[in-house]
Amino acid sequence: MSTTTEAQVVLRLQGITKRFGPVTANEEVSFDLHRGEVIALLGENGAGKTTLMNILFGQYTADAGEVELFGQPLPPGAPRAALDAGVGMVHQHFTLADNLTVWENIVLGVDDLSGLSLKPREVKSRIRALSERFHLKVDPSAKVGRLTVGERQRVEILKALYRDAKILILDEPTAVLTPQEAEALFATLEEAIATGLSVIFISHKLHEVMAISHRVLVLRHGQLVAERATDSTNREELAALMVGAEVAAPSIESAAPGAPLLSLREVSTPDHGAAPGLKSLNLTLAAGQITGLAGVSGNGQAALSDLLSGLITPASGEMMLAGQSIKNWSARSAIAQGIARIPEDRHKTGTIADFDLTENAILETYASRFSRRGWMDWARARAFTKDLIQTYDVRCPGPDIRIRLLSGGNMQKLILGRVLEEEPQIILANQPVRGLDIGAVNYVHEQLAKARDRGAAVLLISEDLDEIMQLSDVIHVISEGRLSPGFARGSMRPEELGGWMAGHGFDAEATDAA
Amino acid sequence: MDLFDILLSASFWAAAIRIASPLIFATLGELICERAGVLNLGIEGIMVAGAFAGWIAVWGGLPLWGGVAVAMITGMMLGLVHSILSVPFGLSQHVVGIGLTLLATSLTFYTYRVVLPEVSSPPKITAFQPYEIPLLSDLPIVGPALFSQTPLTYAGFVLAGLTAVVLYRTPLGLAVRAAGENPAAVAAQGLSVTAIRMGAVIVGSGFMAVGGAFLTLSAFDSFFFDMVNGRGWICIALVVFGAWKPGKAVLGAVLFAAFDALQIRLQQTGIGAVVPYQVFLMLPYFLSILALVVMSRRAEIPAALMVPFNKGER
Repeated sequence: MSTTTEAQVVLRLQGITKRFGPVTANEEVSFDLHRGEVIALLGENGAGKTTLMNILFGQYTADAGEVELFGQPLPPGAPRAALDAGVGMVHQHFTLADNLTVWENIVLGVDDLSGLSLKPREVKSRIRALSERFHLKVDPSAKVGRLTVGERQRVEILKALYRDAKILILDEPTAVLTPQEAEALFATLEEAIATGLSVIFISHKLHEVMAISHRVLVLRHGQLVAERATDSTNREELAALMVGAEVAAPSIESAAPGAPLLSLREVSTPDHGAAPGLKSLNLTLAAGQITGLAGVSGNGQAALSDLLSGLITPASGEMMLAGQSIKNWSARSAIAQGIARIPEDRHKTGTIADFDLTENAILETYASRFSRRGWMDWARARAFTKDLIQTYDVRCPGPDIRIRLLSGGNMQKLILGRVLEEEPQIILANQPVRGLDIGAVNYVHEQLAKARDRGAAVLLISEDLDEIMQLSDVIHVISEGRLSPGFARGSMRPEELGGWMAGHGFDAEATDAA
Repeated sequence: MDLFDILLSASFWAAAIRIASPLIFATLGELICERAGVLNLGIEGIMVAGAFAGWIAVWGGLPLWGGVAVAMITGMMLGLVHSILSVPFGLSQHVVGIGLTLLATSLTFYTYRVVLPEVSSPPKITAFQPYEIPLLSDLPIVGPALFSQTPLTYAGFVLAGLTAVVLYRTPLGLAVRAAGENPAAVAAQGLSVTAIRMGAVIVGSGFMAVGGAFLTLSAFDSFFFDMVNGRGWICIALVVFGAWKPGKAVLGAVLFAAFDALQIRLQQTGIGAVVPYQVFLMLPYFLSILALVVMSRRAEIPAALMVPFNKGER
């Protein structure tokens, strides 16, 4: 590619302003994207990134400003215009239909609706070629409903690539990939960039932003507050720009473990469709310790968290709580035993979207703490919720609004508060910071460390290896339902853990044991 | 005549296929609506309106196929009413559907009285006659059962095949299925969820009305009040029974119809003398519930069924 084409502007935003009632979501946002360039869009939740992208895709109409694509003005409020011009977007909340197969989801909307045939064979072979080239392993004939979160993300990326997108917008694309997969994605993205693809990269992971972008734009309260060439900035500066103040990740010291609170001995659970069950798993959660569980999604994390939440029972093996063998295991008894859960999907299993904050705050304890003789004690529930909002810094208009109106970070803070207020002995934190911004991530991590320090046993399930390594006192890796031995903090390099995540080492372990 | 003889007789199966035909049309119609995410409880009323519209058109001088077309158009217009209320306005689909059933039924009876103020018994028309398909109708049992039906029955089976092909093999069908599962996925591709859902409800309602018209134009030759008699509600169950798949739904319709044909014949056997006939009338419904329990436990309901789609809501 010659340098003249490199400088070609493919996308220009000019003075975009968007208001929702009294709230200004975007104010006078202007920037250019060049051919073959990667722009990172940084900003906390609620900074206006999503609104900006929705304006680009015609879901909202801007109150002021213009969008130009490849030199042509983009008609406002026309959803297909951006797509047809070659803009692809990988959404953070997946836009996939569960009852359709992978290839059906990818081809949805590609052909004109008056078309006579879907040509499945051609489509599938093209998908296979793409997934090989971009190392996005997925079976085109599988039903999306059976896929894990990680696999769905890959389908979303393939969906954009399938349309030969010239501009690709990635919203938190690596949240569910292993370090190796993320590396592979970056490598192939770079390859595609060299051939002229332009990328807008929305991420909270500063090291990724530093690694892949050419330019960084920082949004705060709907305004573009800073623009930096990636070469001339660093992570600390970006973090400070994003939240408007210097932030430091909490430094979490390791702690000596206490008594074992919960242990699993040779526990197995049945496979669930494509998701593997647990295979003779041995695990001990000790008081005053954070146990990290690393692994690519869909390798048995779901089975383990379902087991600990009492949603499934072991098919074989033994579960011990504080030295006692457990019988009649159920969700009710898990709650009664003080196992607190921060669920993986806060929208689906953590909250009820159309309930207000108060109702969501007392979901698990309404019967025991907030009712008297069979009647709800709403005054107490509201007071409790107000306390939570204050203590855990949930930013919201008040306890009476529906929780669906909250941003992910604030929703998670409420869940965290609801869980930690009970002072639980065992905390199951499943992807507690997925999709959260730095401020919220640090907050959640601090709170988990605090709970550990007062003697709780924490199981942290995450696909983000950095998070696992930063927080955990002991690290296990799960792969296809098998669990690695526990590694002490700092004893393993990321690449070594990545090897275990890819399934290496388990067989040697088995031979050693035999 | 014992059970075995009944099940082996061609006339039994011919009756089963005939009874199944209106159910097939209406079930396909309901299935299309539900696949797009809209429960259409207007089905019962739309069938009544279709039965009347087709019959009165033929009585007024149109050819039989013209009557089918009039029924179809009537159904589509009622479908338009349903879809405007349930899709862009996002009103409760239960209330809209039941309301439409009441409206369509009453409107039909009213129109009947306006058009035929004086008659005590409704006039008869010349209905569709059985058409024996050459060669195929000569096969033993299968011939008279399947290939000596009226053209409208054949049309029902062709329509089932067509619906399956469109749903599973075309971009349009893909968009319809996606709209019923995750409308956000459809919107993200720049397609209009509103247009897709409204179109599905309108077309589906047209099929329902043809199902109703089958009763007046093919099964019988006149229009009676209460002739639809809950068939619409059966079709709602048949969609579930068929796990929202056209082939299985047709199978369910034939199975239900076979139970119905069987109970009539059982009434004339030795047991019929002992057991009250109401028990036999109950039989197809009872067996259908059993079949529903067995067959549809693993069925995957369209995830966005009955969920109105608001663009931009989180």
